[in-house]
Amino acid sequence: MSVRSEILDQFKQVAHEQDMRLGPLSDESPLLELGLDSLCFAIIVTRLETSLGVDPFSENEDTHFPVSLGEFIHFYEKAVQ
Amino acid sequence: MRRPCNSFARLRDAIDVGGTPPTGYLIGAEHRTALGDLLSGSAIATGVENLRGRSVLIASEDPLLAAIALIELDGLARRITLYPPDLALEHLLYVMHYAEVDAVVSDGSCLSGASIGAAQHAILTPALIPRASASQQRLPTEWILLTSGTTGRPKMVLHTLASVTEAIGASQPHPLVTWSTFYDIRRYGGLQIYLRAVLTRSSLLLTKPQEPVANFLERAEEAGVTHISGTPSHWRRALMSPAANRIAPRYIRLSGEIADQTILNNLRSFYPDAEISHAFATTEAGVGFDVRDALSGFPASMLTGTPGVDLKVVDATLRIRSSRTAQRYLGENPPVLKDPEGFVDTGDVLELRDDRYHFQGRRDGVINFGGLKVHPEEVEAVLNRHPQVRQSLVKTKKNPITGALVVADVLLKAPSLPEGELARELQQAIRQFCRESLPPHKVPAVISFIPALAISDTGKLVRRHG
Repeated sequence: MSVRSEILDQFKQVAHEQDMRLGPLSDESPLLELGLDSLCFAIIVTRLETSLGVDPFSENEDTHFPVSLGEFIHFYEKAVQ
Repeated sequence: MRRPCNSFARLRDAIDVGGTPPTGYLIGAEHRTALGDLLSGSAIATGVENLRGRSVLIASEDPLLAAIALIELDGLARRITLYPPDLALEHLLYVMHYAEVDAVVSDGSCLSGASIGAAQHAILTPALIPRASASQQRLPTEWILLTSGTTGRPKMVLHTLASVTEAIGASQPHPLVTWSTFYDIRRYGGLQIYLRAVLTRSSLLLTKPQEPVANFLERAEEAGVTHISGTPSHWRRALMSPAANRIAPRYIRLSGEIADQTILNNLRSFYPDAEISHAFATTEAGVGFDVRDALSGFPASMLTGTPGVDLKVVDATLRIRSSRTAQRYLGENPPVLKDPEGFVDTGDVLELRDDRYHFQGRRDGVINFGGLKVHPEEVEAVLNRHPQVRQSLVKTKKNPITGALVVADVLLKAPSLPEGELARELQQAIRQFCRESLPPHKVPAVISFIPALAISDTGKLVRRHG
């Protein structure tokens, strides 16, 4: 499974579990406008750490936080390489 | 010489200093109120004088009304209890009983019909009514702040105006400062910012419950916010918003959670002109100290070099003694807040590396989710009620978004561990079971089924801080 599809699956799965209505998943969508709260993002990052084996947020202290979904995916793709 | 701004006998005196009226505003999401208008106006429709000498609980969805009520009631009520908007109303009668509340001021809707027994009820409205010329007698009002407790019931922490404002001594009124905070002002971290604004007669922009971060940042831009505080989790969320560049703060303050180097570096690079400070403060211990060198942890020299605050590390845990600490707990079987020497045990574990102390988590396993405390025992009690669960251990997992996440190791009654789809279904069922009685952030995000739980020689679950 690609990094992108794994990430999109986790967004859908966590939104479903937390009873959140997920907005359209386009690369340009701002993360904070997808209808998910901080708890959802925290869970997604933890699940991705298990499934992809990386946590790019914690990898280095000068990491910049992603703002759009596309940036978030790229952030993980880069870390997996 | 100007008097220190924390030396007022009551909060109202800070805005009523004679001469020019204050120019600051309390800015809510829908309304704003000039601090100067509170000299002659009141938001308490039935008259504030009826509340003299009472123990008053303030409950309001809109933080603006609570902000006004605090100014009106400090020095007039015997006791003020601040009921946070996110605290379940099932605790209302417990809190009212132990705070001896005999009057409630509310915005009318936030209590959703909850019983307040025989207490008098006064309604708050943003349209001020003329305030009857008040008696100048000042009562030493007790302030009750609520924080989360082991059993899900709130802990009730007793402060005074002096103890909650002691840390603000050095600030002076400054017309070009506009304060704001991501916190609700009913929580200690938010209350500190509220008090800084009122005592220096500056404007304060208030966030409303559940407000989207982009809205808040846009309002902060409109209000010209210069000084702003929040937890590291609030700030991570702000930096993930496209609206983060709407504000250009001169001063950024972090508190309520461990500030890691990543968030400090991110803030430094995103807001290069801001002074960045992270504070150690808890509802019980008050403000311990501010760290201004943009590095996580704090220099070991601060243990002895913090004026007015005695700090010591006992069994790797931080203890604090100062006039900023709370007096005591109220409530059923209240625990002791200070040791015989007056130190508050913060329960925060420290590790010394290269002459710098770093926070390692909590000795008692308390999980700090974005500034909200989660007591493992409360979550374990729910997990253990599930018919298939024999025992559970709830612990913290470090998280780059919210600081920490609640996770659980679960020992099932069935002798064999479930696998694959069966395991996933049971995990989901247990989470659903937890959701029925716990708020979302307390529901374990990850549940692991394990063959055994470590039990200590004294028969207790082995907890490790993390």
